[in-house]
Amino acid sequence: MAWAILRKDLTVELRTLETVPAMAIFTVATFVVFHFGLQRDQLQGQLAAGVLAVSLLFAAILGTNRLFVAEREQGGFDGFLLAPVDRSAMLLAKATALFLYMVVLEIVAVPAFAIFAAPPGLGGALGGIVLFLLLVDLAFALVGTLVSAIAVNTRARDLIGPIIGLPLQIPALIAFAIGIGKELAVFPHRGPGGVIRAFTYHHSPSGEWLLVLALYDVFNALLAYAVFDFLLEE
Amino acid sequence: MSTHAKHLRGLTIATLVTLTAGLALTFFYAPIELNEGFVQKIFYVHVPLAIISLMGYVAGGVFGLMYLRTGKKVWDLRSYCAIHMSLIFSIGGLISGAIWAKAAWGHWWVWSEPTLVSYLIVVLLFCTYQPLRFSIEDPERQSTYAAVFAVVGGAFVPLNFIVVRLSVQYLHPRVLNLEGGQLPASMATAFYVMVAAIALLFVTLMKYEMLAKSTRMETRRLRRRVLGDDAVAPVSRSAAPV
Amino acid sequence: MDDVISIRELVRNFGERAVLRGVSVSVPAGASLAVLGRNGAGKSTLLRILATLLRPHGGEVRLFDRTLPRDSWAVRGQIGLLSHEPLLYRELSGRENLIYHARLHGIDRARVEEVLAAVGMARRGDDPVRACSRGMVQRLAVARAVLHRPRLLLLDEPRSNLDPAAADLIEPLIGRGAGITRVLTSHDPEAALAEADLVLALQGGRAAYLGPPEGIDSATIRELYR
Repeated sequence: MAWAILRKDLTVELRTLETVPAMAIFTVATFVVFHFGLQRDQLQGQLAAGVLAVSLLFAAILGTNRLFVAEREQGGFDGFLLAPVDRSAMLLAKATALFLYMVVLEIVAVPAFAIFAAPPGLGGALGGIVLFLLLVDLAFALVGTLVSAIAVNTRARDLIGPIIGLPLQIPALIAFAIGIGKELAVFPHRGPGGVIRAFTYHHSPSGEWLLVLALYDVFNALLAYAVFDFLLEE
Repeated sequence: MSTHAKHLRGLTIATLVTLTAGLALTFFYAPIELNEGFVQKIFYVHVPLAIISLMGYVAGGVFGLMYLRTGKKVWDLRSYCAIHMSLIFSIGGLISGAIWAKAAWGHWWVWSEPTLVSYLIVVLLFCTYQPLRFSIEDPERQSTYAAVFAVVGGAFVPLNFIVVRLSVQYLHPRVLNLEGGQLPASMATAFYVMVAAIALLFVTLMKYEMLAKSTRMETRRLRRRVLGDDAVAPVSRSAAPV
Repeated sequence: MDDVISIRELVRNFGERAVLRGVSVSVPAGASLAVLGRNGAGKSTLLRILATLLRPHGGEVRLFDRTLPRDSWAVRGQIGLLSHEPLLYRELSGRENLIYHARLHGIDRARVEEVLAAVGMARRGDDPVRACSRGMVQRLAVARAVLHRPRLLLLDEPRSNLDPAAADLIEPLIGRGAGITRVLTSHDPEAALAEADLVLALQGGRAAYLGPPEGIDSATIRELYR
C-alpha cells in the first residue's frame, strides 16, 4: 500500500525533478556561503562536521516544504482517504521518499563537501560517516514528514514548516554533528585508503552518539505513527 | 458556576499567601550566597519559573492527548491555556536566567549550562504554537493540529533535555549544579516554598484565563441562541479556541 | 432491503457556526437522492460526511447498515465520490492516475482499461492530466469514481464541463440507469429533479423540503436559491 504511494511520488519526482536537484544546488550553495561567512579555505574537525550537519539540515527542511503540497492542492488527501487503506501508509511512503531524497542529495553533497572544505580525515572516517548519515537521514525524514503534514494545511505553510521543524531537529543535529566531529578527529591523518580499515572501527568514541541518534529515530517513529492519523482525518 | 470558577477564590488567596511567604523567605531568611552576592537570589525566581513552565508544557501535551482521544473542546482550551501560560512564564524564566548568568558568570548567556540551553530550544519550539494555531482557519482542524503539536512538543521536552545534557557534558565539563541538590536547609526552605508559590500562580492564572475564554464562548453561544445565528458576527481569525 | 443511507438529526459545525442542524433523510437501495440548495447551504458538507471524509458532530449516520464514523473503515471501499476537484495528479497520465487508485483499492489492471474505454479515454489515456481539456479531466474523474465498482455514488455536479456527447458516454456509468444508489447535487435544479427519486432541499442547514420530486414547485425552488 505504502509502496503504491511511494511509487507515485518517485514517478512524479523523476518526471518533474523539482525537489532533489533544488536541494542539491541549495546544499552546495550553502557550502560556498559558509566559506565566505567563515573565511576559511579548509575546515577541520568539529567545525567541518558542524558545517556539513547544518547544511544537510537546511536541505532537509527545504525538502519538507514540497512533500505534501501535491496532495493538498491536487486532491491527493481526499483520494487517499477514500480508499480502504491504513492512514499510516502515507506516513511510511512520504518518510521513505524524503529519506531517499536525502540519500541522493548526499551522494552529491558529500563529495562536494570533500572538495570545497577538504577536511582532513574524511576518507578514513567515511565508514562511520555513512552510518551517521543514514541515521540522521531517518531522523530528518521522520520529523520532516510529520512537520510537513502539519504545515501543509496551514496558510503560511512555507514558514510554519521550518520554524516548527528546526527546534525539533536540534537533538538529531547535535548527535550527528558531535558524532561526525569525533569520527573526523579519530582519523585525522589517513587518506582515502583508510576507508576499508575505517569500517572495522565501530567502537570508536562516537559509538554512543550513534546510539543516541538511533534511539531518537525510534522515538520519533513511534510518536509519528501515533499522531499521524489525526492530521489526516477530519 | 462554571467548572473553571470553582476553587478560584481559594486558589487566589493561597497563591498570594504562598508567594508573599516565598518572597519573604527569599529576601530575609535565606542567606546571601558567598560567591555571587545578593543577585544570586534571582535563583529563587528563575529555577521555579523554569521548572513550572517545563511542567506546564508537558501538561499541555497531556491535555492535547486528552483532546485527541475525547474530542471534547474543554481539553483543547486547557491545552491552549497551559502552553500559553508556560510561554509567558518561560520568558520570565529566560530573562531571570540571563540576569543570573550575568551575575554568576559575567555573561548574559552561557552555553555550558545544559538546562538553560535545552530550555531555550523548548521555548523556541513553543513560540511557534500560536503562529501555528493562527494560520489554520478551520476551528476543528486548528484544535486537532494544535493538540498534535502539543503532544509532540510535550514528548520533546524530556528528550531534548537528555540530548543537550549529554552534549554539554561532552563539550564543557559541568561547572555549577543548577538544581542545587545540596542546598543547605535555609536555602532549601525558601526554594521549595517559591516552587510551590510559582506552581500555584501558574494554576491560578491558567484558571483565570480559562474562565475568561469559556465565559466568552458561552456568551456567544447564548447570544446566537437568542438572537439567531446571523446577529452574532463570527470571530475573525483567532489563535485561541473560540 | 434496508435503506442504504439512513441519516437522523445530522449536525455538523464549523467552529461556532452550524452548517448542518439536524438533517434527516433515508435513501433506499437503487434510489437517487437530489440535494438542492444555495452555495453554503450544506450540500457539499453532507456529501463529504457521506463519503466518510468528515465526521458528524451530532446525530446518527448509517451507511450499508454501519454507523459512521465508527465503522467508516468498513464502508469506505464501497463509496464512489465525484467532487468538484477531479482528485487526479496533474503530472501523471490518466492511465497512471487510475492505476494508482486501483492499487489503493486493490483493483486489478484490467478494470482500469475497462473504465478508460467506457469514458472514451482509451487512446488519450497516456496524456498527462495537465495537458487534458476540462472535459477530458471530468471524464477521467468519473472513471476514477466508478473504478472500484462502488455501491453508492456521491456526485457533486457530475455533468459540469461535459458536452452532450461526453455526458451521454458517462450516463451508463453514473446515471439512473446504472442502478446504483446515488446522491447528487447540482446547480441546475431542473436537471437534478429530472433524475431523482427523492429530493432534499437544504436551507440554512435544515431540510426545507424532503419528498418526491413532484411535490416541490418552482416557487419553493426559487426561494431556495434566492
